[in-house]
Amino acid sequence: MENSEKTEVVLLACGSFNPITNMHLRLFELAKDYMNETGKYRVIKGIISPVGDAYKKKGLISAHHRVIMAELATKNSEWVEVDTWESLQKEWVETAKVLRHHQEKLEAGSCDHQQDSPMLGKPGQKRKWVEQRQDFSQKKLLEPKPKDVPKVKLLCGADLLESFAVPNLWKSEDITQIVEDYGLICITRAGNDAQKFIYESDALWKHRNNIHLVNEWITNDISSTKIRRALRRGQSIRYLVPDLVQEYIEKHDLYSCESEEKNVGVILAPLQRMYKSLNL
Amino acid sequence: MYQVIGGIISPVNDGYRKQDLVAAHHRVAMARLALQTSDWVQVDPWESEQVQWMETVKVLRHHHSELLRSLPQTEGQDHGRACSVAPTAVPELKLLCGADVLKTFQTPNLWKDAHIQEIVEKFGVVCVSRTGHNPKEYISGSPILRRYQHNIHLVREPVQNELSSTYIRRALSQGHSVKYLLPDAVISYIKDHNLYTRDSSWKGSSTQRNEGKTD
Repeated sequence: MENSEKTEVVLLACGSFNPITNMHLRLFELAKDYMNETGKYRVIKGIISPVGDAYKKKGLISAHHRVIMAELATKNSEWVEVDTWESLQKEWVETAKVLRHHQEKLEAGSCDHQQDSPMLGKPGQKRKWVEQRQDFSQKKLLEPKPKDVPKVKLLCGADLLESFAVPNLWKSEDITQIVEDYGLICITRAGNDAQKFIYESDALWKHRNNIHLVNEWITNDISSTKIRRALRRGQSIRYLVPDLVQEYIEKHDLYSCESEEKNVGVILAPLQRMYKSLNL
Repeated sequence: MYQVIGGIISPVNDGYRKQDLVAAHHRVAMARLALQTSDWVQVDPWESEQVQWMETVKVLRHHHSELLRSLPQTEGQDHGRACSVAPTAVPELKLLCGADVLKTFQTPNLWKDAHIQEIVEKFGVVCVSRTGHNPKEYISGSPILRRYQHNIHLVREPVQNELSSTYIRRALSQGHSVKYLLPDAVISYIKDHNLYTRDSSWKGSSTQRNEGKTD
């Protein structure tokens, strides 16, 4: 397929990134190789979107630090960058809304850059998206053909996919919207379990063509939870996170028994919102 | 009980002739780049610079005597005694390896029994777990290892990491990204010197090895 016929894809990863690890970064590389090799897609950009503090997850340290660590981690990446929009919102933002925000941003950007592919630029340069005005009506005339606008897809691990089953965590319409309007790229080493999970969900099954399961042949078990635990125990995390991140954590003494107690007893934002809407 | 004061990476000699083994000077250079930011682990090219491949126990002996030579001698307090260092101050040199290497002790004719004994008796082994391996089993299955099991330290890796050089070489030959699996400096080196490409792989025969080696 000619490059011009390929669908351009932006990979969006949402999560706590508490802290960001080499495993998170590997997700992007694996997804990019996979999508590009299908011959149908061309991955042009990766976005790391750390969740806001209002998420209220246990042990979640301030977004300020998490964003900086993600930026340090992607300093040497030519295509993956950090976006702070989600982390700057006062209230927690549903993942579907984050996807929508970035898709709309791409569509608005496309109007101004019709001639250019977003990836143009010398290697090592990342295109910084210019903030667009909220009013899109004037852009209607310049609306590009749908195929020309890059598509945002949600990049995740199997844990996120399986969290769809956690009661009250996700709105069913959000799950539907994510797989129907955007698409999911899920990196997993338990491919069969993930397939079974999709099979057992009507919503996921319906849009299974939009769910890409990418096999992680080598187990890379570097979870943020384990990183925080190792730090509390004075154990080395070198080579599990980028050097700059390790130095930053050490310099600011970020993770401790105290920090792990943050938000204990507080209800996670999505659950809180669900209970509220159900008047519980 | 222990205080680790240093780490040495000793790339094997080209004479080992393992399949896909690129030239020692490259492997040494890559290790050096990888360790640029380490303040306690370093590369020692001595083994790789020898005329031929040599058994692991000889490498241990060499580095141990180097350690002894580099120790500060006591200043001349003339009690008529020869200058010497108190025995307890002498650092111990231990072989660090993955559980897969421990398993190779069982392979017939791969290791000399006398060498295995010297390694576990005189030096000691620090063995890091690896998926699919059960080091406790390997120890209990060998009389020599059982006898010196107090000198074999099993390290459980809390973060399971199946990363192997074999995987890296395969990924590279398939044009896949290995970013975040290797230090960036090593990836650049591999690219600049065109190592581990599809053409360069499968060079070198899988000749009989004399000892097991980690990737």
